[in-house]
Amino acid sequence: MPPSDIPATEGPQGVGDGSKDQPLIVFDQVVKRFGDLTVLDHLDFSVAPGERVTLIGPSGSGKTTILRLLMTLEKVTEGCIWVGGEPYSHMRRGGHLTPAGEGYLRERRKRVGMVFQQFNLFPNMTVRQNIIEAPVHVLGTSKAEANARAVELLDMVGLGDKIDAHPTQLSGGQQQRVAIARALAMQPEILLLDEVTSALDPELVAGVLDVLREIAETTDITMLCVTHEMGFARDVSHRVLMFDQGQIAEEGTPEQIFGEPKEERTKSFLRSVLDNE
Amino acid sequence: MFWDFQWTFEVLPDLLRGLGVTIQVTVVGYLIALILGLLIAIVRRIPIFGSVLHAVMEFIRTTPLIIQLVFVFLLAPSTVSGLTVGIIVIGVHYSAYTAEVYRSGIEGVAKGQWEAARALSLPGRRTWGAIVLPQAIRKVIPALGNYLIAMFKDTPLLLAIGVTELLTEAQRVGSASFRIVEAYTAVGLLFLLVSVPSAILIRRLERRYAAV
Amino acid sequence: MDFLIQRLPLYLDGAWVTIQLTIGGSALAFVLAMVFGIMGTIRHWLPRAIATVYVEVFRGIAALVLMFWMAFALPQLTGYQLDDRFAAIIALGLNVGAYGAEVVRSSINAVPKEQVEATVALNFSWFQRLRLVVLPQAWAQMLPTFGNLVIELMKATAVAYLIGVADLTAVAQQMRQATGETVIAFIGAFILYYLIAQVLILGMRLLERRANRKLGRVPPGGTGLLALLRPPAVNTKAGVA
Repeated sequence: MPPSDIPATEGPQGVGDGSKDQPLIVFDQVVKRFGDLTVLDHLDFSVAPGERVTLIGPSGSGKTTILRLLMTLEKVTEGCIWVGGEPYSHMRRGGHLTPAGEGYLRERRKRVGMVFQQFNLFPNMTVRQNIIEAPVHVLGTSKAEANARAVELLDMVGLGDKIDAHPTQLSGGQQQRVAIARALAMQPEILLLDEVTSALDPELVAGVLDVLREIAETTDITMLCVTHEMGFARDVSHRVLMFDQGQIAEEGTPEQIFGEPKEERTKSFLRSVLDNE
Repeated sequence: MFWDFQWTFEVLPDLLRGLGVTIQVTVVGYLIALILGLLIAIVRRIPIFGSVLHAVMEFIRTTPLIIQLVFVFLLAPSTVSGLTVGIIVIGVHYSAYTAEVYRSGIEGVAKGQWEAARALSLPGRRTWGAIVLPQAIRKVIPALGNYLIAMFKDTPLLLAIGVTELLTEAQRVGSASFRIVEAYTAVGLLFLLVSVPSAILIRRLERRYAAV
Repeated sequence: MDFLIQRLPLYLDGAWVTIQLTIGGSALAFVLAMVFGIMGTIRHWLPRAIATVYVEVFRGIAALVLMFWMAFALPQLTGYQLDDRFAAIIALGLNVGAYGAEVVRSSINAVPKEQVEATVALNFSWFQRLRLVVLPQAWAQMLPTFGNLVIELMKATAVAYLIGVADLTAVAQQMRQATGETVIAFIGAFILYYLIAQVLILGMRLLERRANRKLGRVPPGGTGLLALLRPPAVNTKAGVA
């Protein structure tokens, strides 16, 4: 079912009033259903510019769906997502918000980048092409500039010598680091990280997390991160959201959530994750 | 109006008679292809003879059917009708394809099945008849079905050896009355009338057997 | 043998016409296959419906019927007589293009969904997705079936002699009538058809190898030169020859 029209031009509270500390991302009563299954149930939350938020919770609790909605890989069923004070999942049309068309989405999702669980590098391109194609074709960056930037990014992720390698010649960890460089090459304001270490062999996880820690320390990119790496979540995030059944069960600083969780659901989830490690 | 409906209806019985011949060729030729192809697929496993046979089949597959038809027709004794030659040549030509389909099906039967048959010391005929072929054939039914439609569409080639199938009929009635547009368009429509529903049927079959 | 060697130039003339029809027909079929195959993957119903109609109609009609229609019905309808070869190329291209469109459509749909999602995350436009990511990956999957279709099309060119094209089969017929030597006259044509097919098979395999290498895959049968001589995969029969 397509998202329905919403008779509102004013955003939810705190959106669009031009104040300096207005949130960058706002989920306003967002519902996402797949057939009969409700994955997100009237979800409200917001993320400040530069904030790093980790989403945790049992599988099927809707964390990944939030990232996919922000990447416009899925459409909201009800409600609206706002980014930077402007409607994101919808567009304004004559005093109403109507579901956004592809042209509008293309304009808006420029600000967002995503790293996938399975890397999703393009096998028909070298590492270099994977990184420069989008800046060159989508942003109109010159080839020389895109190349220089690719070299810089690959050095940062520790793969400067692999620039002309083929994705299939790289380990999973290396592929994921290239995928991070590829996302950063588009200079997103918001970076979505969807279980980026889940598909990796255990010994390769640390390398990828180190790269992400460095990005967190050296940039002010807003990050939304779905992960099962609790140590990493504690280190880099400002805020942790615990999801259960399509709603936020508990939220707080990493110290609060990992140190003294209040909700029983959070406690049992954290126990199960720690048991598995 | 350039389209003469009355004429079209008048010649329709002639065209339908041609279609009847077309279908007859298709059905009998297809049976030959099904049986001969299976035999070839089995015999191909014999070492040297099999390789020679394979080369012959490769040759049949890579040269045009129509020149094969004309060639055999010219060499056949004059007592043999064009229809007979047509059915046999088209059947043999397609058996070169069905043999490959059967072969892939036979190779797809798990090695363990052969070993199990040997462990039970089943005779060769039982191994093939009761174990290997039933599994192999089931898997290739959709692929074989596609060849039925393909063969149907190859039957107009019999025009070259004087068989009065659909296209030949159209040529005859069309040129007799200078109603060529109607004649050939009608043939095209009749082809669609048969091949589109058959294609849908075979896609259904495909889905059914793919689900197993 | 002398018989054939003496008349070799005539056979080569016929073979050249056969090759022209094969190249022309394949080029047209390729363009139609790409256009209608891509249309078949568009979400909007209209281009999809157009693609379906094209595929079903031209797959359903025999190439020879189409060729007769082009050569004999079209002039009566429009008063304009197509060149015989041109009529043959159009009929073959329309017919094989319909098969090719299905190959293109299914190969595009077989590109992993995750690859398309990555292109969305990088904000590629629809056309950029297609050109930079989807088609290059689908290409390797299309090629083997394209190879079979090219062989089928080459074989189907032989029916063009029925509308008066002086191809290899026509030459064989002329030779037989001129000399009465049926077997020898036809064997010359058979051998040339076989050789043309082998060259086409080899060429398609080289293309396949290149496509697989670009995707970082080892081609089936290994990388050696000998792998090019591996027996062909199961052929598809288009019913055009």
